[in-house]
Amino acid sequence: MIATHLPILQVVIPLMAAPLCLLLRRPRLCWALSLAVSVIALVIALLLLGRALSEGPISYALGNWSPPWGIEYRVDVVNAFMLIIIAAIGTIVQIFAPRSISHEILPSQHTLFYTLYLLFLSGLLGVTITGDTFNVYVFLEISALSTYALIALGRDRRALTAAFRYLVLGSIGATFILIGIGLMYMMTGTLNMADMAQRLQPMLDSRTALAALAFLGVGLTLKLALFPLHIWLPDAYTYAPTVVTVLMGVVTKVWIYVFLRFAFTIWGQEFVFTEMHLQDLLVPLSLIGMLAASTAAIFQRNVKRMLAYSSVAQIGYMMLGVSFVSQTGLSGTIVHLFNHALLQAALFMALGAMLLRVGSPLLDDLRGIGRQMPWTMAAFVLGGLGLIGVPLTVGFISKWYFILAALEKGWWLVASLILLTSLLAVIYIWRVVEVAYFQQPDPNTTPVKEAPLSMQLPIWVLIMSILFFGISTKWTAGLAERAAAWLFGGGP
Amino acid sequence: MKDIIVLRVMAKFFLPLIMLFALYVQFHGDYGPGGGFQAGVIFAAAIVLYTLVFGLAAARKAFSNPILLTLSAIGVLLYAGTGVAALLRGGNFLGYGFLDRVPVQGQHLGIMLVELGVGLTVFAAMVTIFFAFVGKGRR
Repeated sequence: MIATHLPILQVVIPLMAAPLCLLLRRPRLCWALSLAVSVIALVIALLLLGRALSEGPISYALGNWSPPWGIEYRVDVVNAFMLIIIAAIGTIVQIFAPRSISHEILPSQHTLFYTLYLLFLSGLLGVTITGDTFNVYVFLEISALSTYALIALGRDRRALTAAFRYLVLGSIGATFILIGIGLMYMMTGTLNMADMAQRLQPMLDSRTALAALAFLGVGLTLKLALFPLHIWLPDAYTYAPTVVTVLMGVVTKVWIYVFLRFAFTIWGQEFVFTEMHLQDLLVPLSLIGMLAASTAAIFQRNVKRMLAYSSVAQIGYMMLGVSFVSQTGLSGTIVHLFNHALLQAALFMALGAMLLRVGSPLLDDLRGIGRQMPWTMAAFVLGGLGLIGVPLTVGFISKWYFILAALEKGWWLVASLILLTSLLAVIYIWRVVEVAYFQQPDPNTTPVKEAPLSMQLPIWVLIMSILFFGISTKWTAGLAERAAAWLFGGGP
Repeated sequence: MKDIIVLRVMAKFFLPLIMLFALYVQFHGDYGPGGGFQAGVIFAAAIVLYTLVFGLAAARKAFSNPILLTLSAIGVLLYAGTGVAALLRGGNFLGYGFLDRVPVQGQHLGIMLVELGVGLTVFAAMVTIFFAFVGKGRR
């Protein structure tokens, strides 16, 4: 019986755990609850992927209202893969969280942190799993509102302005998405994605359809922080508590997934990228984003901010992969969703471990940290190598796909720009390495200890998977190729 | 404003009426216009009026922060719990028809419980937000 209800349990278990957490009030109990819920979510996501692979898409009708009238949850290879990314990062973050928030969030707000985390988790899982466009918006608000509050938990007072700025821009993005969905509903009279995809095809030249595409395009790219709509991201990443920064890395990826869903499943790639020339718009924006954000990362003195800019650059890669409109490029994007989730989580968490001991993410304060915290810094370096795209790490796999896709199209300039931005990544990672290993620590400061095991463990699990999935690509790249083929097949 | 007798008397006169109207909107929601959200807001309006006339300290005696947080959590739990109850009785999540042997009865019960959950949470959230704004600057 449980098996048929897995799609809804994926969302409802975290949703119900959130108020329970508020009632429990004890941070330790809340932590145990959120960890358990995250693990359960991960198990459910894995089971769903297994079923989607063997039996094809799974459909679940909420309230026994059969689709397209009622809300439908629909799991196929693409979103099952995305569910795994969300739940896996959530689980890793929860192992890391207690020590990390002990000094980054006020003790009185720890319960609140876990409650918000659970709401955030159910929001993102809901956005991913649903096959109903309006439901996407509802879960968007659940995840977004909890994200704003999570950022504001940061102890730095600038976290408040960062959260407010994100609140304003995020709400604009959400409104645009809602208007887009509303216009599509106006035309087709349905909210179900599969049904909408069918009904929309004959009406694509209408002005309403064009307006809907414009609103959705802007709203989604604002949410997924594509250059130049990324301006909310660096501040939010920098001033949020480290665990929240790691979680936010998943948010942009979920929005890339939603973009794929709308572009490929509902609108159809022909219309979006060729007829409406979105390709001509997205390719230059992605390239500028990659170059500008990587260059900006080089000049940051705050390592957290540097990694934030690097994330903007990585979003550029992913959107570039989408705008190739080829199976290779799309596989690259989907595999990079997973790979970059690992990389950014590992890097931010290693930095979070240093923050616990040093108390500052500024480059000047990290002098000589490589000798004081050898394991943490080694993890940072390995994660950095992955970001650069060194062979035997996951970063190499993604870049391989992107360059292959560029060469398939004969876009030599794009291929060389991908290599150039990798070189820029070498520079900004090297700056940290140089400071950490080759500079003497300030003699006035007391030497710090290595990070505790509860932080080391999740970081090294991530690093090991970065290496493992960099060598054995059967599960990540293999799945991504299947998912890309599925999206190109136009199946709902 | 406690010392203005007209305000005090009229507020006390109106409070039960507002609350009663909120309950009407709450429980009549399945037949006519209304429902949990509106009812929660109207009920919260009664507390807002009380706070404006009698002050924050008096209002907080009735609705302290822990009580409000508990209420908002119970509301969400009631909503999701109704869905799960339908699931346990053999339907899909939120399949109200399965809540009773007679599907129509089940649907009545389901929508009433769900709206009650919405009402509780909306009320608690509204009052929490209002208290947060009013109490700004003094803890």
